[in-house]
Amino acid sequence: MGKTITQKIFDTHVKDEPFPGTKVLSIDVVLCHEITTPIAIADLMARGKDRVFDASKIKAVIDHVTPPKDSKSATQAKMLRDWATRNNIVDFFDIGYNGVCHALFPEKGFIRPGYTVIMGDSHTCTHGAFGAFAAGVGTTDLEVGILKGVCAFRPPQTIRIDVAGKLAAGVFAKDVILEVIRTLTVNGATDRVIEFHGQVIDAMTMDERMTLCNMAVEAGATSGLCMPDAETVDYLWPFVCGQYKNDRAEALADFRKWHSDPDAVYDKRIAIDVTALEPVATVGYKPDQVKKLRELFDVRIDQVYIGSCTNGRLSDLRIAASIVKGTRLAKGVRGIVSPATPKIFEEAMLEGIIKTFMDAGYCVTNPTCGACLGMSNGVLAEGEVCASTTNRNFFGRMGKGGMVHLMSPASAAASGIAGKLADPREYL
Amino acid sequence: MKTFGGPVLFLDRSDINTDEIIPAKYLNEVTKEALGPHLLEDLKLPGFEPKAPSLGNCRVVATRANFGCGSSREHAPWALEVNGITVVIAESFARIFRQNMFNCGMMAIELPADDINGLFSACDPASTMCDVDFHEETLIFSWGKGKSKSVRFALNPFDAALVEAGGWVEFADARY
Ligand code: SF4
Repeated sequence: MGKTITQKIFDTHVKDEPFPGTKVLSIDVVLCHEITTPIAIADLMARGKDRVFDASKIKAVIDHVTPPKDSKSATQAKMLRDWATRNNIVDFFDIGYNGVCHALFPEKGFIRPGYTVIMGDSHTCTHGAFGAFAAGVGTTDLEVGILKGVCAFRPPQTIRIDVAGKLAAGVFAKDVILEVIRTLTVNGATDRVIEFHGQVIDAMTMDERMTLCNMAVEAGATSGLCMPDAETVDYLWPFVCGQYKNDRAEALADFRKWHSDPDAVYDKRIAIDVTALEPVATVGYKPDQVKKLRELFDVRIDQVYIGSCTNGRLSDLRIAASIVKGTRLAKGVRGIVSPATPKIFEEAMLEGIIKTFMDAGYCVTNPTCGACLGMSNGVLAEGEVCASTTNRNFFGRMGKGGMVHLMSPASAAASGIAGKLADPREYL
Repeated sequence: MKTFGGPVLFLDRSDINTDEIIPAKYLNEVTKEALGPHLLEDLKLPGFEPKAPSLGNCRVVATRANFGCGSSREHAPWALEVNGITVVIAESFARIFRQNMFNCGMMAIELPADDINGLFSACDPASTMCDVDFHEETLIFSWGKGKSKSVRFALNPFDAALVEAGGWVEFADARY
C-alpha cells in the first residue's frame, strides 16, 4: 500500500508515540512572530527555561504590527527581539528587514520539501506549497517546539484535490482556492490535510501555490500540500545548488522522494475542472460564502487592500498594477498596497509598480500584516466595506463592524477603479 | 489538574471563530489576565450580551459545530480560562483551538450531534449547571427544579494525559 506525502513526512520524523494515534514529531523549522511568541517566551522565563532547542532551526520576525503602533506592540516586538538576541537566533528579522512571515520565510529559502514546520500562526499551511508538512499551532505547542523541537499530532487523513482544465484570463489561484473552500465548506477539511494535484497546479508558480495552500486552513485543514517539482527546485535553487553540486536533476530526484505514491490511500478525492471558473469573491463573514463577481451588483466599497501572506507577493502586485495602470481609484475609495517583504517592495519599485499604484491614488505601506487582521495600517470604520486580497472575512477582522470581501488582486484592483465590486475581466 | 464544571453558557451557533472569542485588537496584550474583560466581545447572537455579569459566573460553554475556527491564537482558550471557563462542549472543534485547550490542561469535549441537540432542546439556558466527572467521563447537567440529564463523553488517551499533567509543557518537559 502506498503512502501519502504526509505519511512519509510523519514516518521520517516520528520521535515518540506516547499513545496510539498520537505521534510526536521532530520539527525541522520553528517559525515565530511577535504576536503569539512573547507569551511563550514569558512562560519559559517564568519556568526558568529561557533556552531554545536549536537556534539554527528557529526563525523569527516582527511582522504583524510594524513599526509598532503603540507601547503594547512595541513591548511585544521588544520581547521577541531581546529573546532572539539572548538565544543567538541569527535568522531574526527586525524593522528594515521584516515582512509578512509566510512570504518572508519561503523567500529566504527556509522551507524545503519533506520538512516539518510549525508556527504560532494558522496560515503556516502556506509552506505546504513546498511539499512540507507545515501546521499552525497555538502558543503552548510553539513553546514546546522552541524548547524541545517536537510537536504532537494526530496523523491527519488526506483529501486529494485534482484540479484539471485551464484557467481563463482574469481567473487566478485565489479564485481556485475560494472555489475549493466553497466546495469543502469551512470545516470540510478539519483534522485533514489537502493535497493539490493536476495540470493546473503543475503549471502554477510557487507564488500561486502559496496562495492556494495559504487558505487551506479556511476549510479547516491542518496543511495544504503541493508535490515538489522542477518549479520548486527553481525557486529554491539559490539556496540548495551547493548541496546538490549544481546538478538540478539530482535536486529534482531528491525532492521527488516527497511525492505521494500513486496507490496512496485518501480519505476523499475531489476532482475540479476550472475551465469554466469565473472570478469570485466572498460575500459574508465566512470564507465559504463565495459568489461570482459578475453576479454582485452595486456592492459599493470604501477601501481596496492589496497585500498579506495570501496575495502580497510580486506576481500579485504585477497583476494588480497591470489593471491599475493609467487609471485612478474611484472617488471616495481608498487604496492600500502592502508589499509583503522588503525584497518584493524593492523589485516592485524597480519595475515601476509602486509608481503605478501611487499615480492611481494608492497609499503604499511598508511590509506588514497591517489591515489584514485589523491591528494597524488600514482598519475599517463601522459599516465600511473593503475589497481585499487577504484570507479572512470574519466579522470585525479588519475593524469592528467592517465587511471584507475576499478576492484576487486583479479583482480588488478592478473594484478600486469601479468603486464597487467588479469583475476584473472587464478591465484586462 | 484544573477544576471543571459549574454554570453553563449556551452559545447556539456553529462556526464561532477566534475573532469572536477574542478580537485581534487585543492580541497586543502580553498577559492572559488582560484578555479577561473582552471575552466574546464581538459575538453577535440573539439574547447574548457579552458584558452581562452572568457571563462571569459561567464555567462551561456548550455550543454547536466547528467552535474556535480561524486563527491559531491561544488567546481564545486563555480568555476563557481567565474567566473561569475550563470546559467547552461542542459537536466539533477547529483543530488548533481543540489542541490549544488540552495543551492548557483544559477540556474541549466533543459530543455527537444528537447529544448536543438534546442539550439545547432540554436544558434551561438560564439555570443549567454541569458537573464534570473526568474519571468516569460523564457530564451531569441539571436545571430547573430537579431536572437533570447525564451524557457520556470520551477523551483520547493523549488528551486525558494532558489534562492530568496540567498541559503540554508539563507533559513534554517530563518526557523529552
Ligand atoms: S497577512 Fe494576515 S493572515 Fe497572513 S500572517 Fe499576517 S495577519 Fe495572518
